[in-house]
Amino acid sequence: MTEPKLNAPGYEIPGDLEHAVSITTLDRLYNWGRRSSVWPMMFGLACCAIEMIAAQASRYDLARFGMEVMRPSPRQSDLMIVAGTVTKKMLPNIVRLYNQMPEPKYVVAMGACAAGGGPFKEGYNVVAGVDKFIPVDVYIPGCPPTPQALTAGLIKLQEKIDRQSIRNVRWYQKGADAVEIPVPVLGPDLMDPRRFAEIKQLAAQTAARQTGAPEAPAGEA
Amino acid sequence: MTTLDRTEALDLSALAPGSVTADPRPSYQGWIVHQTKLIEVATALRDQHGFDLLSSVTGVDYFPDSMEVVYHAYRTVGGPGLVFKVQLPRQDPMEVPSITPVWPGAEFQEREIWDLFGIRFAGHPDLRRILMWEGFEGHPLRKDWREPFYEEDCKPLKSRWPEGYYASAEDKTVYKDNLQFPANFDPEKAVFDGEASLYGALAKYTTVHAGLKTDHVVLNLGPQHPSTHGVFRAAVVLDGETIVGLKPVMGYLHRNHEKIGERNTFLQNMPYTDRLDYFNSMSSNWGYSLAVERLMGVQPPERAEYLRVIMAELSRIQNHLILIGMLLNDLGAYFTPALYAFEERELILDIFEAASGSRMMCNYHRFGGVARDLPDGVLEKIRGLVQERLPRKVDEFERLLTENEILVSRLRGVPVIDGEDAVRYSITGPVLRAAGVPYDVRRAQPYGIYDRFEFDVALRQHGDLYDNYLIRVDEIRQSLRILQQAVKQMPDGPIIAGKPQYQVRVPAGEAYGRIEAPKGELGYYVVSTGKPNPWRYHVRAPSFINITALEKMCVGQKIADFVAILGVIDIVLGELDR
Repeated sequence: MTEPKLNAPGYEIPGDLEHAVSITTLDRLYNWGRRSSVWPMMFGLACCAIEMIAAQASRYDLARFGMEVMRPSPRQSDLMIVAGTVTKKMLPNIVRLYNQMPEPKYVVAMGACAAGGGPFKEGYNVVAGVDKFIPVDVYIPGCPPTPQALTAGLIKLQEKIDRQSIRNVRWYQKGADAVEIPVPVLGPDLMDPRRFAEIKQLAAQTAARQTGAPEAPAGEA
Repeated sequence: MTTLDRTEALDLSALAPGSVTADPRPSYQGWIVHQTKLIEVATALRDQHGFDLLSSVTGVDYFPDSMEVVYHAYRTVGGPGLVFKVQLPRQDPMEVPSITPVWPGAEFQEREIWDLFGIRFAGHPDLRRILMWEGFEGHPLRKDWREPFYEEDCKPLKSRWPEGYYASAEDKTVYKDNLQFPANFDPEKAVFDGEASLYGALAKYTTVHAGLKTDHVVLNLGPQHPSTHGVFRAAVVLDGETIVGLKPVMGYLHRNHEKIGERNTFLQNMPYTDRLDYFNSMSSNWGYSLAVERLMGVQPPERAEYLRVIMAELSRIQNHLILIGMLLNDLGAYFTPALYAFEERELILDIFEAASGSRMMCNYHRFGGVARDLPDGVLEKIRGLVQERLPRKVDEFERLLTENEILVSRLRGVPVIDGEDAVRYSITGPVLRAAGVPYDVRRAQPYGIYDRFEFDVALRQHGDLYDNYLIRVDEIRQSLRILQQAVKQMPDGPIIAGKPQYQVRVPAGEAYGRIEAPKGELGYYVVSTGKPNPWRYHVRAPSFINITALEKMCVGQKIADFVAILGVIDIVLGELDR
């Protein structure tokens, strides 16, 4: 076959079999299948989502990459495009959606807000970058990134998929295949359950500073 | 022609002698009403003076002296508006009588004021936080409340100017993140509200069927749902398939526009307005520049006015096209009509990109004009679009959809809201006009140069889903009419009054600028103290206020129609949550 991403280099295929036979490795075959059918979750947060839709529409046509099948359910998705500003109020839902996605799963942080807070970073309800909670594979700059930029980012993701190997990807190893991320809790502010002890200690230190009492000795955070 | 907002020359002091006084501050307008007489005055205004539409309710924190609740009322027959305010001393607890018995459309706005300013409203039907979550610490728009990444009261920040050095905002905070907690807070012992108050508000619905008490199902649509057009969430109480109760839950995209807007300089807010209604940055810009221009007293030159009209109307066309496409998406015609809509939208975005450099976030307006003139050849492109291509495409849209059997049977006869209720609930824009109320700010109180153009206020009578669909098509046709005149008349000349400036001088005072955005009346309430940044920057977002009546619209309908109703209200979350 004439798929450059599928054929392993260095193998001569006779001309008359070129369109019928492919000599490849298992990794290449596996990754070729995955890279060509990345199904994004139908999941938009803000302005960037509109450019994501525009990228799906006729002019930019993500179907060329096998990515036109937007799934509204995380259970059927391979890719979460975090398209827009991540707020504290929304974050628990985003983490829950991420946890619900089956492996292999990828995350693209689309736009300045998802990558690092963007123009709204100073806002009290804004999480400065979704990567503080979920692992991000590709960051796409822009406010919002144009559909071309999104496409470029997704091609980068495909390159990343191409480099993975069945032998060492997480989801074929022994043990739990997916990493559960603890869902943040909304209290007086956003709280990561992994940081409860640290928050308690820092809050006590703040109180001590305010009252002028000697600071509590710094323990483990 | 004037863009200056004149308020009604009505003497309110006769309504409640001694309790209503004219606002004495220079460059402030309107009346100060004592809170004990608020309901009385509001009722009289509505019933005797015809101010049937409450456009906006918002708060201002005049730290350290007082808090103020500001009401803007208008007549749906047109004409200037009326501002009245309630002042209260700035010490907790602060309480104002709720105006919802007079204008129920204030319900969510009052909840927002409670959430962001901590002013309580006596007699409010459901006073909970709306944008932040229950249990959040503090009321963010108070001037003495500081966000975790606080550096200084106003920009430009010293850390970035004039020397400019890099420091991560995270490193400057105690918690190394955008977080702050009360002193001695212990997360393990704390009890969180979670959603208890929301579900508590839903618990009041019960039904008894022929002596049989039936259980209800609470269904959460969103915040991640393909038909809620973003991160909107509705907690719906269902009896079988029928909706018996509904509470919108919002704030999932609350990006703190108003707090950030108070820290920004006046011009720095312009790109932020782009991100309110991100479909229509061209019209979002306009409302804000209108408000600030009123304070500054500048008048844009002719060519700039024409450019503004052209961009705003093109924006309206693409907004309505997307609405129709997405509505059909929600009804099950998955993506095909939306693809038709996006095809035309791309052509309009090309024009935006040529004019402003960006497809969506145009940042095009400046105080007293626009940022850039059209490059060569773009006017011809616009001419081709509005005279030839778009009219043809709208006909094609109509041919495919308007008489489509499935569309008609899904939409016709499903009520959304009637005209009387729509006005009471402060609904504006196409939803109001589809219900038979011919209220359009472009006619009711013309801004810019809209008084020069010949166009009809699109109007439909039944207020059902089908009329809400048709009115969008009507409005596209009217916008095309305006555009055809505008491209013909467009003069040459400067595009901005005076020299372009980074730091504008805005005299102290207050101003309310409102425009007819594609989604409804978009208003900006700006208070200046003469400093480089606004003291208060409030956005009266049509999406937010139109959603107030969502429960009223949906109760008694089937759950499948909810999606269509939400579709025709045309919400955009950037603006709804701000």
